Amino acid sequence: MTTRDTSDASEKLDLLQGTLDLLIMRTLIFGPEHGQGIARAIQGTSAEELLVEHGALYPALQRLEKRRWIAGKWGTSSNNRKARFYSLTALGRRHLVKETSKWKRLSAAIARVLETDAAKG
Amino acid sequence: MFGRKRGVEDFAAEIEAHIRLETERLQEEGLSADDARDAARRKFGNVTGAKERFFESGRSLWLDHLWQDVRYAARLLRKSPGFAVVAVLTMAVGIGATTAIFSVVDATLLHPLPYAHPEQLVRVEDDLQGVDARDVGMSQPEWQDLQHSGIFDGVSPAWYDDNNLTGSSRPARVSLLIVAPNYFSLLGARPQLGRTFPADDYTPSFTTEVVISDGLWKRVFGGDPAIIGKGVRLDTDLYHVVGVMPPGFRDPGTTGRERNIEVWAATSFFGPPLFDHPPRSGRNLPTAIARVKPGLTVAEAQSRVDALVASLQKQFPGDYPAQSAWTVRLVPLKDSVVGNVRQSLMLLLAAVGLVLLMGCVNIANLLLARASARSAEIAIRQALGGARARLIRQLLTESVLLSVVGGAAGLVLLYSAKGVLLRFVPASLPRLNDISISSTVLLFALGASVMTGGIFGLFPALQVDRVDVTRRLKQEGRGSAGSREQQRTRRLLIVTEFALSLILMTAAVLLLRSFWELLNARLGFNPERVMAVQMRLPYPNDVTTDRYGTIAQQTPFMREVLRRVRTLPGVEDAAIGDLGAVPLAHDRSNQTPPIPMVREGRDVNAIAAPLVDASIVGPEYFHALGMTLLRGRSFSEVDAGSSPRVAVINEAMARTYWPGVDPLGQHIKLFRRPTDWTTVVGVVGNARTESLENSAVPVVYLSLRQTTAKHLAIFLRGQFDEAAIPDQVREQVQAVDETIPVFGAQMLNDAVASSLSSRRFSLEVVGLFALTALLLAALGIYGVISYTVSERSHEIGIRLALGAQHRNILLMILQQGLAFTIAGTAAGLIGAMIVSHVMAGVLYGVRPTDPTTYAAVTVLLAIVALIACYIPARRAMRVDPLMALRRE
Repeated sequence: MTTRDTSDASEKLDLLQGTLDLLIMRTLIFGPEHGQGIARAIQGTSAEELLVEHGALYPALQRLEKRRWIAGKWGTSSNNRKARFYSLTALGRRHLVKETSKWKRLSAAIARVLETDAAKG
Repeated sequence: MFGRKRGVEDFAAEIEAHIRLETERLQEEGLSADDARDAARRKFGNVTGAKERFFESGRSLWLDHLWQDVRYAARLLRKSPGFAVVAVLTMAVGIGATTAIFSVVDATLLHPLPYAHPEQLVRVEDDLQGVDARDVGMSQPEWQDLQHSGIFDGVSPAWYDDNNLTGSSRPARVSLLIVAPNYFSLLGARPQLGRTFPADDYTPSFTTEVVISDGLWKRVFGGDPAIIGKGVRLDTDLYHVVGVMPPGFRDPGTTGRERNIEVWAATSFFGPPLFDHPPRSGRNLPTAIARVKPGLTVAEAQSRVDALVASLQKQFPGDYPAQSAWTVRLVPLKDSVVGNVRQSLMLLLAAVGLVLLMGCVNIANLLLARASARSAEIAIRQALGGARARLIRQLLTESVLLSVVGGAAGLVLLYSAKGVLLRFVPASLPRLNDISISSTVLLFALGASVMTGGIFGLFPALQVDRVDVTRRLKQEGRGSAGSREQQRTRRLLIVTEFALSLILMTAAVLLLRSFWELLNARLGFNPERVMAVQMRLPYPNDVTTDRYGTIAQQTPFMREVLRRVRTLPGVEDAAIGDLGAVPLAHDRSNQTPPIPMVREGRDVNAIAAPLVDASIVGPEYFHALGMTLLRGRSFSEVDAGSSPRVAVINEAMARTYWPGVDPLGQHIKLFRRPTDWTTVVGVVGNARTESLENSAVPVVYLSLRQTTAKHLAIFLRGQFDEAAIPDQVREQVQAVDETIPVFGAQMLNDAVASSLSSRRFSLEVVGLFALTALLLAALGIYGVISYTVSERSHEIGIRLALGAQHRNILLMILQQGLAFTIAGTAAGLIGAMIVSHVMAGVLYGVRPTDPTTYAAVTVLLAIVALIACYIPARRAMRVDPLMALRRE
C-alpha cells in the first residue's frame, strides 16, 4: 500500500483503544459530564500531554454506552446549553476498578522493562 | 434500549452541541467568534468520519450501504446516459449471447436424462478393433451372456425399424423400436395407460403386443381411451396395443428419428422369423442399452465386462478369433446421446466466453477513463473522510449495477429473439426440444452478470488506492490526467483485447476454411436436381405372407414403379436403390450396418473378414446420380437372379482391399449366409455418399436384381415441381401396390446442405463472435489512442510550435498503436495456437497451424488497428499549437 498522509482517525483510535475508555470512565467518576467536558477534562488532568481528537471521543462513548458501562442522557450544561451527559453505571464502576488495577500493573511492568533496557544500554 | 435506538440526527445534535460548547469555551479564552468556531472544528477532527462510524455501529449497515450505493450509482449512470447505454448494451449482448449458448449446453450436456437414476444407464457398444470396426452390434447369445452376468439389472438390445402401419386411411410409416421385454422396466418408465411388456417374458419370436407413444395415440387413434386391446397391423402382422407411454417419454436414441419412436414391440431376439439358434458371430442386434447394478460404477462394470469378454473368447475361440480383437464398451448413456456435439458446444461456449470477456475489458476501459475523470471526486471524498473500503465498494456497486442491468437487458433480448435463435440451431442437435430458459439458465445469467461486473469494476476500483489525494486536489481545475498506473492498466487491457480477438478470428477463419473446403469438395456424385423418395416393402414376421420375399417377387414391382415414375412431368432419369444408396442419409438407423466381406484367397471366413459398407442398387443408379465408372462395367438387366452374382466397388475399396492388384475379376463373399462367390465387375469413382468429410469410404455395390432389399429409395433427376412430386410418386407407387408407404422425400442438395448444418452453425456463431470481438478491439484501441491524443494535445501543440512536422506527430501516435498491436498479436498468436489445436477435431482440410490463416488474421487485425489509430492521429495532426498552448 502506498503511504497516505491523510489523518486516519481510526488508526489513532486503535492506538488509544482501552486507554481512552479508561480515561473516559475515570473522568466520569466525579459525576456526569458531556463529551466536550470529558475531552477538556482529559486534556486538563493529563497536563495537556494527551491530545485527544475530540471527534475520536464519540466512537469510544458509543462503545462504552453499548456495553452499558456508561449511560447517556440529554441535559442542560452549566451555561444553559443542551448537551448529552454521560454517567458511569454500576457495571462501569466495577469494570473501571478492575481495569485500573490491570493498567497499573501493566504500566509498572513496562516501566520496569524499559528501565532495565536503559540501564543496560 | 434507548442508547441503541439513537438516530443519526440525535448523534449529529450531540456533535453540534460539542462544537458549540467548545467554541464558547475558546471564546472565553479570548478568541474571536469565527476563530473559536474554526478551532473547535479543527479540534473535533473529522465530523463526517465520526458520523459514519456512528452509522456503522448500526446492525443493518451492510444493506443500508448497499442501498445507498445502488441509489448513488443509479444517479450517476442517469447523469451520463451515453456511457450507461454503451455499457449496458455491451453487457446485454455479452450476457445474452453467453446465456443463449449456455441454455443449449444446459439442455444437452447438463440436464440429466429423463429416466430414473440415469447415471446407471449405459449403451453397450461392441468393437472389432482388429478389423477396424466400431460399434458393430452384438449377437443374441452375447446379449444373454451380458444379461445373466450379474453386472447389469437388465440389458435390452434395440432394433430401429420402420413399419407400415395399416388400418388407417392411408398406409403410414411408423418408427418402430424392437426391444427386449425388459426395456421399459430397465429405463424405469411407466405407461400412462395400460401396461408395458412383462419383463421376464422370453418366449421365442415376437410378442404380439405393442406399446405406442402418446403422439401416435393422439394422431392416429384420436386419443381413444379404449385403445388397450385394440388390434393394429404392422407390415400386415396383427398386434395388440397393451400400453400408451406418457408424452414426455422418449427412447434415448441419438438422432431425432430414433427419438421419435412411436411403436415399441418386444422380442426375445430368437425364433421365427429370426434364427432359432442365433450364431454367436451374427451381430444382428445393432445397439443395446443396459442398467448397471446399483452400487457398481460404470468403470467397475466395464472391468467386469472385460473379464467376461476374455473368458468368452477363451470359451469360443472359433467365434472370436484373436485378430478381430472383440471388445465391449460401456458408454454412459448421456455421453452416447450427446457424444459428438460436446466438442462443438464447448467450442461455442469458449468463444462466447471470450466475447463476454472482451465486453468486460471494454467496459473496464470506459470505467477507467471515467475513473480518471472522477479522480477529483474520489480525492475529495477521501479528503472528507470517505473510507477507502467504502469507496471501492461504491465503485464496485456501480459496475455490478451496470452489468446486472445489462444482464437483464440481455435476457429480455434473448427471450424476444428466442424463436429466431432456435432456428439457427441445427435440427440434428440432440435434445433440441429441451432447450429453454430454465432456472439454471437464469441463475447462470445472474452469476455471469455479477461476476463480470466484479471483473470489470475491479480495475477502476483498485485505482482508488492509488489516488494521491493531495496531488490530485492541487491539480483540480487542470485537465484530468490519468495516473501512470491507470494508463498502464488501460494498455494492458487493450493488449488483452487484441489477443482475444486474434484468437477468435483465427478460430473463425479456420472454421470458415474447413467449411469452404467441404463446400468445394468434389462430391463424386451430382446432387443437382435429384430427389430421393423412400418407400418400404413390408417385412412380415410371418414369412408366408411376404409378397416381396424373393427377387422374382421384387423385380416386377420395381420395374413397374420405375416405368410409372419416368412418365411423371419433368422427370428425366429414375433409379432405385436401397437406403444405403441414399447419399448423406446420416440417420445412423438408416444405414445398413457394415457387413463382412470375404475376399477369395485373402480371408479365411466371415468372422475374420473386414467389415464394409454395402449398397444395393439398380442398373440405372450410377447414371442417375452422376457417378463415374472408372473401369470395367456397371450393372445391367442381364445380371438377374439366375446369372452369376456381380458387384461394383469404389476406388477406395480397390485401393484398401486390393492394393496393387487389379480388382476386376476378384471374387468376394458378402453377408454371413453361405452364398456363391460374387465377382467384381466394375470400379466407380469415390463419392462422398457416406459422409462429406470422408472422401474415401470403401463401398461395395450389389445389384438390386440379385439381392433383395425392403427399405428402398427412388431417385429422380429432372426439372420437376419439388413440392408436387412426392405426392405424384406416391400415387404411382400405390397404383402398383396400395399398401406401400412413400415418405421422406428430399432433394439431395438439401441433404448436402443439412449435413453441413451443424458445421454452418458453429461457423456462423464463432464468426459472429469474432466480428464482435474485432469491433470491440477496434473500439478499444480507438478509445485509448484518442484519449492519449486529447491528453497530449498540449504536448503536441508545443512540439508543433517548436517545428515538428505533422508527419512526425502522426508517426508518434501511430507508433503507440503499433506497440499495442505487436504485443497483442504476439500474445494472441500463442493463444490461437493452443485453441486451434484443441479444435483440431472439427477442422477439415486445413491444419490447425495453417500459416496463411495466421498471416491473414494478423494482417487484418493490424489494418483494423491502424485505422483505429489513424482517426485520432489525424486529429492530433490538426492540433492548433496556439489553442493548445493558450489552454494552459
